[in-house]
Amino acid sequence: MEHTSLLERVLRGIALTLVVVFFMFPIVWIFMMSFQTNEMILRIPPQLVFEPTLANYTALITGKLQTAAGTLDIAFMRNLWNSIFLSVTSVAVALLLGVPAAYAFARHKFRGSEDIAFTLLSFRFAPALLVLLPLTLYFQKLGLANTYFGLIWVYQLICLPLILWIVRGYFEDIPADIEYAYRIAGHSWFATFRKIALPLAGPGIAAAGLLAFIFAWNNFVFALVLASADKQPVTVGALAFITSSGIQYGQISAAIVLSITPTLALALYAQRYLVEGLSLGAVKG
Amino acid sequence: MSASALTISSVDKFYGPIDRGVHAVQKLSIEIAKGEIIALLGSSGCGKTSTLRMIAGFEEVSRGEISVAGRKVHKLPPVKRNVAMAFEGYSLYPPLTVRENMAFALKAARLQKSEVDAKVASIAKLLEIEDILDRYPSSVSGGQQQRASLGRALIRDADLHLLDEPMGQLEPQLRAVLRGRIKHFIKERGLTAILVTHDQTEANALADRIAVMEGGVLQQFDTPQMIKERPANLFTGTFVGEPPMNVFEAFVGSGAGRINLRLPDGLSLDYDKDAFSGPVREALLNRERVIIGIRPYAVRRSKDGVPATVSANQWLGDQTHIAADFAGGSLVLVEHDRTRLELGAPINVSIDPANLHVFDQSSGNAISHGMELA
Repeated sequence: MEHTSLLERVLRGIALTLVVVFFMFPIVWIFMMSFQTNEMILRIPPQLVFEPTLANYTALITGKLQTAAGTLDIAFMRNLWNSIFLSVTSVAVALLLGVPAAYAFARHKFRGSEDIAFTLLSFRFAPALLVLLPLTLYFQKLGLANTYFGLIWVYQLICLPLILWIVRGYFEDIPADIEYAYRIAGHSWFATFRKIALPLAGPGIAAAGLLAFIFAWNNFVFALVLASADKQPVTVGALAFITSSGIQYGQISAAIVLSITPTLALALYAQRYLVEGLSLGAVKG
Repeated sequence: MSASALTISSVDKFYGPIDRGVHAVQKLSIEIAKGEIIALLGSSGCGKTSTLRMIAGFEEVSRGEISVAGRKVHKLPPVKRNVAMAFEGYSLYPPLTVRENMAFALKAARLQKSEVDAKVASIAKLLEIEDILDRYPSSVSGGQQQRASLGRALIRDADLHLLDEPMGQLEPQLRAVLRGRIKHFIKERGLTAILVTHDQTEANALADRIAVMEGGVLQQFDTPQMIKERPANLFTGTFVGEPPMNVFEAFVGSGAGRINLRLPDGLSLDYDKDAFSGPVREALLNRERVIIGIRPYAVRRSKDGVPATVSANQWLGDQTHIAADFAGGSLVLVEHDRTRLELGAPINVSIDPANLHVFDQSSGNAISHGMELA
């Protein structure tokens, strides 16, 4: 370790604190807001000390929102379930399709392979809103609008290119000779893909899957246009808190806390796995 | 013994479109008998690794046929060719220990566990990697990984063992020891091996026959001794041999029962015409210009020789390499004693006609070696 002076350590500490406060403040604040009523939140000046209430969470979980104008039904738990179902299924489908495709693009160069790979990437170039209008028309014709199937299909626009391009890079980093060594020892290419390529690219596949999950989870506009209330994920469902009798900041905060919990948990879990994978992955001699 | 282990007939390899891409291997034909050890020797990019990979099935054969043990294999996937290979880049499986890596190669053979253990143990002993068997590839040195990779290939009972630069990363002493052991191992079991190397010492020590390649073309395929004594062309002559063969351009002249080879700078090598056999004499006199090659070991210092000036003098511990300015170029000679010669010292060298290799000036093909025609 290099020697650092006291001053350096103090400055470094201050800098780190600033960064952490800057990034963590909104989350901490939202977390605090989720335990306050709307009146407490809107107090001026805002107060750090308050009497916590679980009313927001109760309202979300029971689906009964008490507003000044009366009781309102909200489908937050349904939305949360929709988010989980849509994201998990989309990522699963994208992994199922994208990983073998990434392997093919990485290992088997064929005429036009680069063009196809690029076309898939180009799905991410077009602004979603531009795609949505024709897509909505088609989906209505095909009867796919407002179905889970249709939504998952559209979510492939988000997940598939991401997984394809990230995983492809990981496959390309595996020396081809390792696979050749396995194949020449009497195994088919499919066994090689399963037993050698997949495990070695494991951390990359996990990272790509995680990223795709977060993107799918955070998607707003596809679901807004293509899904009605019972199929909407939390991102769209949160709009319900903007009611005629005001914005329900407390419930919104509680909803945010609940909706980031799965992604956060997943990220923390996968982070441990990723670090492990990377330190193990000394593939090159 | 005489059964053919590998037949390569008229194989071409193009990278890119056929006839327009890079022509990496050109019209290669080689036949190898069972139990032989063959070295493919050549500089980088000469096509030797491409050839090996075509035999293994990792590269497509653009034209021609390859048979292993009598079966045409050039259209089969690697798994069906029954060949074993040690890779230049080791290519061990990172998540497995060295022991598992080696045992893994036997998985497809479905042997008893005790049998596998015994095989791994004996190969590990042979290659001196017993102490690292339970470690992971990433935690052992390059040399150890290379030996593990070699072990993974040798442990298999295949029709053909392909070894791509199998000892490039080893220390010289270990390399010398292992060469002997591996050769013994291969011969004892009657295995057939093809070794790709750019190290001619390795090729000489291990191989029964050496295929010298350059620019995708097979230059010569013969025993190490024949390649050294009777190189087929200028390339083989200068590529094989350490230090390399001295090469000079010469004008052929004759007169009064003598044949003389006139070198640049007004120097001349003068021989009695009976020093050459009739056909050689004729072949020489038919040409105006030739290229002569002399092995450094064949150059002698003598009082009545041709003058040269010492330009470098290196004692290597067991022999002296002397470089001298000679005939507009440089001449290297090797002596077994420590020679004290100052830089710039004048010496006289003579070359026995029996040690003279003569090559055609335009094609580079050998004309004669000493007394005999090539």
